[in-house]
Amino acid sequence: MSFIQKLGLGVFVIALLIFTMALGLDQFKLSDKSLEFGGISEYHKQEILAQAEKRGSLNKVYGANFSFIKEFKILLKDAQNSLAKKAKEQGVPEGVSDWDYKLGSWKFKEYTPAALKASAQGPVSGNPVLFLFLTFGLGIIGGLLYILPIFQAIPGIKNNHIYHNPMTRGLKLGPRALFLGATIIGVLVYGITYMGEKYIWSAITGGIALLIIGLVFFFENQRRRNPAKSAGPSQMTAWLGVLTGIYLIAFYILLYWKPELITAWITIVNPVSKALSGNDASQWFLYGLLYTVIVLVMGIRMIAKYRHNRYQMIRTGSVMFFQTAFAFLLPEIMVRLNQPYFDFKNIWPLNYTFFFDWNINNLVNSGGMGVFMMVWGIVLVVIGVPLFTYFFGKRWYCSWVCGCGGLAETLGDPYRQLSDKSLSAWRFERWIIHGVLAFAIIMTVLVLYTYFTGTRTIIKSSLLTINSDSIRTWYGFLIGSAFAGVVGTGFYPLMGNRVWCRFGCPLAAYLGLVQRFKSRFRITTNGGQCISCGNCSTYCEMGIDVRWYAQRGQDIVRSSCVGCGVCSAVCPRGVLRLENSSMDVNTRTSEVRTLHITDDKIELVG
Amino acid sequence: MHVAIIGNGISGITAARFIRKLSSKHRITVISAETDYFFSRTALMYIYMGHMRHEDTKPYEDWFWKKNKIDLLKAYVKAVDTNNKQLILDQGRPLTYDKLIIASGSTPNKFGWPGQDLKRVGGLYSYQDLENMENHSEGLQRAVIVGGGLIGIEMAEMYHSRHIPVTFLVREKSYWNAVLPAEESDMVSRHIKEHGIDLRLSTELKEIIDDGNGNACAVVTNEGERIECGYVGLTAGVHPNIKFLEGSGIESQRGIIVNEYLETNIPDVYAIGDCAQASQPRPGRRPIEAVWYTGRMMGETVAYNVCGKQIAYDPGIWFNSAKFIDIEYQIYGDISGRMPAHYQSIYWEHKDGQKAIRIAYDKNEGHVVGFNLMGVRYRHEVCEKWLRDKTPVEEVLQNLGLANFDPEFYKEYEEEVIKTYNQQAGKQLQLKKRRSLTAALKFLNPIR
Repeated sequence: MSFIQKLGLGVFVIALLIFTMALGLDQFKLSDKSLEFGGISEYHKQEILAQAEKRGSLNKVYGANFSFIKEFKILLKDAQNSLAKKAKEQGVPEGVSDWDYKLGSWKFKEYTPAALKASAQGPVSGNPVLFLFLTFGLGIIGGLLYILPIFQAIPGIKNNHIYHNPMTRGLKLGPRALFLGATIIGVLVYGITYMGEKYIWSAITGGIALLIIGLVFFFENQRRRNPAKSAGPSQMTAWLGVLTGIYLIAFYILLYWKPELITAWITIVNPVSKALSGNDASQWFLYGLLYTVIVLVMGIRMIAKYRHNRYQMIRTGSVMFFQTAFAFLLPEIMVRLNQPYFDFKNIWPLNYTFFFDWNINNLVNSGGMGVFMMVWGIVLVVIGVPLFTYFFGKRWYCSWVCGCGGLAETLGDPYRQLSDKSLSAWRFERWIIHGVLAFAIIMTVLVLYTYFTGTRTIIKSSLLTINSDSIRTWYGFLIGSAFAGVVGTGFYPLMGNRVWCRFGCPLAAYLGLVQRFKSRFRITTNGGQCISCGNCSTYCEMGIDVRWYAQRGQDIVRSSCVGCGVCSAVCPRGVLRLENSSMDVNTRTSEVRTLHITDDKIELVG
Repeated sequence: MHVAIIGNGISGITAARFIRKLSSKHRITVISAETDYFFSRTALMYIYMGHMRHEDTKPYEDWFWKKNKIDLLKAYVKAVDTNNKQLILDQGRPLTYDKLIIASGSTPNKFGWPGQDLKRVGGLYSYQDLENMENHSEGLQRAVIVGGGLIGIEMAEMYHSRHIPVTFLVREKSYWNAVLPAEESDMVSRHIKEHGIDLRLSTELKEIIDDGNGNACAVVTNEGERIECGYVGLTAGVHPNIKFLEGSGIESQRGIIVNEYLETNIPDVYAIGDCAQASQPRPGRRPIEAVWYTGRMMGETVAYNVCGKQIAYDPGIWFNSAKFIDIEYQIYGDISGRMPAHYQSIYWEHKDGQKAIRIAYDKNEGHVVGFNLMGVRYRHEVCEKWLRDKTPVEEVLQNLGLANFDPEFYKEYEEEVIKTYNQQAGKQLQLKKRRSLTAALKFLNPIR
């Protein structure tokens, strides 16, 4: 590692430290200023202030967001009770709607982060632009200092010491199972709270998880098989990777479920949001900006690493473009132009809120542009996906356009070798991903049923009541947040960079079905040149055992292949090529292709 | 029937797999002292460089063998008793067989250099060789590699990946120039130096110096220069590993002599892979070919013969591939550093000096005889068909795009190859076919 690279790493670590510490630098003063933010009802404001006065917490300064939140929650509860009582006793003032007067619990989630932002005082909220530079700015500079010297090296596949590096060498099976188990249990337990102390959703999900484990272990007979092609190294554990994974998991937990604890970060990116859309930043803006910056910086790394490979360079350019332009800038510009926030490349069922009533209403009521967005979204699902996948395979989306794929192919590239190649993993994959697709379809059908009929309750019996609202809430929690975010990205250093895409993404399942049964896309193998070295399998982020096919000269059609092209890039013998042609696909993907036994008497055995 | 297979490399394992495919009845035992399970020795370098783990080099999961009823026995075969059809092992009772397949592979060449058996000296063939390298890598100040072949450059790349300085002694005037034509050989020599590897051409090893404790500490070259080093890699080729067969009555010269059915002189004893020497090799093929794919093909062929279906071993037209640090290499047909006078080459080289295409043809007959690719990938099946059919070189050139196997968006250089030919021959040929799988498959299988 050169001096410049070490410097870059140092600068990056400093930026990361500042970013992390920024959460604890500010103090929070509870005053009338605390409640000066958009969208708060005047009645609520006055009542909360009155309660603060009563409790003696007005003008008190809190050193940490925890303590502020704790007090503020009490104030909200007190204000809620007091207003409810007043409304009952005196009635709601004339001309004021009920919800503007009474303080509903659903307002708590909105008011708390806003109050935190408004109450913050200290270095971060005082100098957001400075902190923007110290975190994002230094992070980018450090990253680039680390990455740019790669351009000076001789081009070629350089995966040196990936398995010697404590960041990228992966975990043994035991610790990996521990992390996975703890995460699943954690999500299910938190899910009970999330669903309002209803255990039924976690119970059903846990039951399905056990069912899938049973199916794979017993029905598909994998229990006794020692998974040799797991990503678990026998002698090594990536402690840096574990730390990174924990950091990422913590980030996603805060982002999705405790955004009030990360208001400092939101404050830091506020100037950018103001400049772009004119609105205040939300946690989603923070996430979008961070995501885009990471895809761009790590995209440059990807280009540096594969600059001898035009397919990789163009593909990386494509994910960088779609993330920056379509996922990040265009929606913000839409908002600036008073149009609905819309990501034109996000397709149902990955975009699972597309058919939610609020989204449909929002689009349909937004005039011509909104209706166009609605039609566009439906056309993509019904025509775009099958058509493009027929011609190019699912890669047109998964490794060229998609944001999840974009992050996996840039930030995730150093971890692609950690995907599990065992047969057991493949069996889990098929049950889980198609299970999620089924869940997404059922959920959406029920939501639409409710939208068109107005009936919310789907099942009502003494045992169990299910309505479409709780189903979609659970889907959002379990799949949209926990699976796609916490596990999907948090597990990069633990289980590889495509955990979500491989095991969870319902759109990938849909694209995969088209790719498997009706697509021209395949990977061809080059005659007898394969030496079974296993680079292709090792670096397949989707856990496909590419070598299994290549060494017998068999062309590859697999539903999970995202067409990243890295198998072809790392092959030392020029064996693999991504192709768009269905000619002779049945004979060339057949399981046994005997090479160079040209004798006519030989019949291939299957 | 009990089939015993000595060696769990690609040859022995392919034989075992195909015997199992042909019959579920036979008992199959694969014996190896090297590792518990089959792994790809071509990937040893990647383990050292940290690209892969040992587990990743195993093409089949460990449960595969039990599921397919292939018994694996970790033992060393000390001798073969062909009269009693028994294998004498280093441990336990002798193993009785009905049919025996010997696939014992190769062992690195040593040419009687003083000090060649010291510690800190080794080749790179077996898993133990890799462990040996690994054990002596910590604190290593310099490694000397002797022998300019494919393993030598792999070893150089391995040390280079750990920033261990390498001196690479090559006897020839230019790297691997018996196999590579002059321009390609020169390209690789340049590339080695570009990586900062101390390449010494026209230099031979004279002696390896003992540090007094039985460790190599330096080498002396034929020019009398002493080079201090902590490891000496011997990579001057390999020879069949058949010493254990002495006195068994199995006929051998350099390797075990086999006929076209891979049978030895002793009934029910077969030999395949690196250790086999064809008594009558096919035209264009050598008697011993220590390459991966011939092991695989022989394993497949011997399975049919063992199972009573007589099939002659036919490896087809010579091909091979390798990677010289960052430059990929593919060859199809008859191209070497010493081509006959009636062969004419069309040679195009990219201005970056890392890509080249050479097409050789017979000046008298006009048909194509070989393809040599540096940094460019060509389709095996297409090249092979042209070679087999003795296609006129001009027809090949005009359809050259059919052979291109480079990834999408890669620049196609076929037009430049034709331009080179046009200048050379004073012709006006045009490229008719560009890179396309559909067109290539139509060409390969025109009857639909």
